[in-house]
Amino acid sequence: MSAIYAAMDALLPFEWASYTFMKNALLAMLLITPLFGVLGTMAVDNKMAFFSDALGHSALTGIALGVVLGVSNQQASMLVFGIAWALLITRIKQRNTASADTIISVFSSTSVALGLVILARGGAFAKYSGYLVGDILAVTPQDLLALAVALAGTLLVWAYVFNPLLLTSVNASLAGSRGVRARAVEYVFVVLVAVTVMLSIRWVGMLLINSLLILPAAASRNVAKNAAWYIRLSVAFALFSGVAGLLGSYYLNTSAGAAVVLVAAAIYFITLPLRRK
Amino acid sequence: MSEQTTHASCGLCRIEVEGLSVVRDGQTLLHDVGLHVHCGELTALIGTNGAGKTTLIRALLGEIPFTGTVRHLTQDGKPAAAVRTGYVPQQLEFDHSSPVTVMDFMTASLSRRAVWLGVSKRARREALEALSRTDCERLSDRRLGALSGGELQRVLLALALRPQPDLLILDEPVSGVDQNGLESFYQTVAALRAHNHMAVLLVSHDLDVVRRYADHVVLMQGTVLCQGRPKEVFESPEFGQVFYARGNEA
Repeated sequence: MSAIYAAMDALLPFEWASYTFMKNALLAMLLITPLFGVLGTMAVDNKMAFFSDALGHSALTGIALGVVLGVSNQQASMLVFGIAWALLITRIKQRNTASADTIISVFSSTSVALGLVILARGGAFAKYSGYLVGDILAVTPQDLLALAVALAGTLLVWAYVFNPLLLTSVNASLAGSRGVRARAVEYVFVVLVAVTVMLSIRWVGMLLINSLLILPAAASRNVAKNAAWYIRLSVAFALFSGVAGLLGSYYLNTSAGAAVVLVAAAIYFITLPLRRK
Repeated sequence: MSEQTTHASCGLCRIEVEGLSVVRDGQTLLHDVGLHVHCGELTALIGTNGAGKTTLIRALLGEIPFTGTVRHLTQDGKPAAAVRTGYVPQQLEFDHSSPVTVMDFMTASLSRRAVWLGVSKRARREALEALSRTDCERLSDRRLGALSGGELQRVLLALALRPQPDLLILDEPVSGVDQNGLESFYQTVAALRAHNHMAVLLVSHDLDVVRRYADHVVLMQGTVLCQGRPKEVFESPEFGQVFYARGNEA
């Protein structure tokens, strides 16, 4: 870690870079944003914006369950709950019993309410309100390691599941006729999204995390000419928003997560008129 | 053209479906369906909405459980390898504003390397070769969502032909393809089945198309009501009952 800090000191002779918390926050942005840029493309293509939003909200229940069960590591209980939640919703969605958005909405509101009831008992909710907006300046080297592992793992899995996922997003029966196990592919994808969301929610915040997933991909599809550029630009927009938002928040002394999302939104609106017909 | 197309059709190999039934949630969707689809022939499935045409296709694709047998027999009546199925779905409900191009779609299906890592020259060549079989190489850099219904059908057909299937299943779009597009699509299919070693099973809603292009027609209504040459089926009492007695169109 000290080698990385030393390199950053040499490369970034700025006032903000002299603080360790800013160095950590910058590193966190460089790890989190590509994850969201990559996963966002297929989340948008599969019309999962609402799903990922609800997934973020379910983090609250994950924390609450951790508290009830006495799990000291909230991250772990959130992660387990998030994955289980994502798999459950996907399973129900695949059974096609009612319209997907209704199902997601029912689960989402139930899980938020359950989380609030448990966490707010005895007036203790203030302790957890940080999850709502997130605080990237609190990232520790240990968290950075977890994020780095998540990024490496996601890219590796992404190399295998992208083609099947693309086919499935066009037509599941067609994918099936070509030997793609469409359901399994969908499960892998939602688990990736769940892990990414749950690992980043403490830094980005429950209210904003979905924008970080959707905005860079949405901006990218305004200008990308094919699938490869779709992902590349999405990652580039996410990275730029992350770094610009972090520095902007430092100089304006405001919330980093919100500033990141505003930059991403600005990119979206700038690219909107360039939209390909 | 690929090397696989050099096989002439023998007309003897066949896919045999026998006693196929599908029961879901206690409801019988298909009952004792039996039909033979011969290579070199275009077999059309007709029937009203809810007759079980789509259910049969989903069973043949292995998407839903069924009882009964589906066998692939060689010209001397011996069982051949498992049936390799090519599938052209109905109009797709995908995200039409996604930047995925025809080339992305083809290479994602034909090669293992993730499309976002870039498309290799070899994969590109293979995709173009596949597209050329249905005359749509020129569409390769267009977005999938920007294609007309007819163009999309040709791209999907090109994909279904690679690798060469034993059974090609075409689920005709109910709407979205103009008459000219439909006409040239079936001309391509007719040429393919004549020159290739494969059977074609078509679900059609357009009885005029069926009359002109099908070699064999299967009229369905939960089971097979009647089958034979187009003329025989169209003149059968069952056909009259299904399509005229109830004032239904296909």
